[in-house]
Amino acid sequence: MIKYSLKRIVSMVITLFLVATITFVLMHSIPGGPFTSERNLTPEIEQALKEKYNLDAPLYEQYFDYMQDLAQGDLGVSYKKKGVTVNDIIAQTFPASAQIGALAVVFILLIGIPLGILSALKQNSAIDYVIMIIATIGVTIPSFVVGTFIIYIFAGKLAWIPAGGLESWKGYIGPVIALAGFSVAYVTRLTRSSMLEVLRQDYVRTARANGLSKWSVIGKHALKNALIPVVTYVGPMIASILTGSFVVEKIFAIPGMGKYFVESVTNRDYTVLMGITIFYAAIYIIMVFIVDIAYGLIDPRIKFRD
Amino acid sequence: MSREKILEVKGLQTSFYTHLGEVQSVRNVDFDLYKGEVLGVVGESGSGKSVTCSSVMRLLQHPGKIKAGEVLFKGEDLVKKTEKEMREIQGNEISMIFQDPMSALNPVYTIGNQMIEVIRKHKKVSKKEAEEIAIKMLTLVGIPSPEERMKNYPHEFSGGMRQRAVIAMALSCDPELVIADEPTTALDVTIQAQILELMKDLQERLHSSIIFITHDLGVIAQLCTRVIVMYGGMVMEEATVDELFYDAKNPYTMGLLNSVPNPKADTKERLEPIPGMPPDLLNPPKGCPFCNRCKYAVKKCLNEVPPMYEVSKTHKSRCHLLHPEAPQMEGFVKEARM
Repeated sequence: MIKYSLKRIVSMVITLFLVATITFVLMHSIPGGPFTSERNLTPEIEQALKEKYNLDAPLYEQYFDYMQDLAQGDLGVSYKKKGVTVNDIIAQTFPASAQIGALAVVFILLIGIPLGILSALKQNSAIDYVIMIIATIGVTIPSFVVGTFIIYIFAGKLAWIPAGGLESWKGYIGPVIALAGFSVAYVTRLTRSSMLEVLRQDYVRTARANGLSKWSVIGKHALKNALIPVVTYVGPMIASILTGSFVVEKIFAIPGMGKYFVESVTNRDYTVLMGITIFYAAIYIIMVFIVDIAYGLIDPRIKFRD
Repeated sequence: MSREKILEVKGLQTSFYTHLGEVQSVRNVDFDLYKGEVLGVVGESGSGKSVTCSSVMRLLQHPGKIKAGEVLFKGEDLVKKTEKEMREIQGNEISMIFQDPMSALNPVYTIGNQMIEVIRKHKKVSKKEAEEIAIKMLTLVGIPSPEERMKNYPHEFSGGMRQRAVIAMALSCDPELVIADEPTTALDVTIQAQILELMKDLQERLHSSIIFITHDLGVIAQLCTRVIVMYGGMVMEEATVDELFYDAKNPYTMGLLNSVPNPKADTKERLEPIPGMPPDLLNPPKGCPFCNRCKYAVKKCLNEVPPMYEVSKTHKSRCHLLHPEAPQMEGFVKEARM
């Protein structure tokens, strides 16, 4: 297990290195640069700016410089926000995204899994149909529609929650629901179908034939098996939800990371773009690693081969 | 026969209400089981033998339903019991051994965990005591180093070992009745023989009553004292093992016996298969379920379900040809052999 983990960590570092390299190459192959979109700069000023940020050096040199800094954990300085480092940007924006994300994840798991189980147990009943219709709607409606709708009804018409910002706890409600909407619906459907399959298994019949209580048959014998596919989905989902959504953060005016991520692309803010991509990739890779470890804990048939 | 009846099934009818219509899987089944007896239930796939036992055990899943009949276990009707009352009986007084040991145990819990859960559900014992009972049971079914094996997961057991563990689990609460639903069908032949040997041995030692479902007549001969033959959701013949093998009184049973190879035959005997297909229980035939495949069938067989005729005190058969006025057919011996 320890040897397996060490091996995985090495491969994670290699993956991150590849992500950084590919992003770097792709980023520089897009026409334009950080200073092209602004007011018409005189060639002299542009030249001076490029020199200041070492952008006139050959690409390979820039690459090696960047990688060297990256190895020391230094993500560089933003080209657009003068004097602000990318590390600072992440440190300031990630907590807001992560807070909302974490709440959304809790919401998804606490609502999605029980609803899925209920739906499976009451298969083809009215409850099942209602849950499945809501879940289907939830999967198909994009978050910007849900977000706008929440603002229009609950912030505008009813004025129950603020339209934006995170000053009071009420400010969290809108973004958490908008962010969780799709995944709640998806987890519900996934849990339902997985549960239905498990309930047909022979070992569930054995548990019933042994007179075990309903609670034990479903909560112990069926659920643990049914959660295996759910875990597969939830791991990467947590990574993408924690790092924030551009759409939701924009709608609810949240100072999160998602907004910077998208803006850095249009601005060609190379260092911010690289920094956030690598940060996101790191969280993603770690989550996948955690999922793999979790598999081993849930399903004893999975062995970690060193 | 003055022995005590432990189970009486009377007029049991079980149907599955599918979107195509009502599938009448079990149609008026009656049988008794005496204390300490091993009753074989034979029949081909779809004859209703497994559904009968699931009905007795009250394990039918939607859309299956017991339509009519009584299942008297020690005089109490199980059909009338609530699910909660049944749970006190399931795994405790009546337990079941299933066909496929590969899937009958939960893959994500250890054997010990699963056994202890069942024992503690039905007996008021501490975890430690339950563990001791489980180890004792695993020893009884011939699993070597049971203390170690308790900590294993099902996938770490071989097929034969798993079935032993399933049997140990089924017997762990000293059930008075064990229903074994084709427990050897999914195993390879050598393991099959071992498991049969084990079950025979355990039955002799524990004196429990067993209903043994199978489609293998060889197994019946080895293990059972009495047999019921099922076909098309009905009991076609009920007899002691000797009566069944030497003096079958039902054309279907005779067909079954003729389709078993005889390894001792001197000449190259051809096996005689039963032509045709079993009846569609969505639209069951009006008359005898076997009439369209029966070489002795007469007109009456098409229109009327034959009653059970008593051949001897222990032997009954459902066939119109056993009627005292029925014509004597060649190859069908009506009179009991003396």
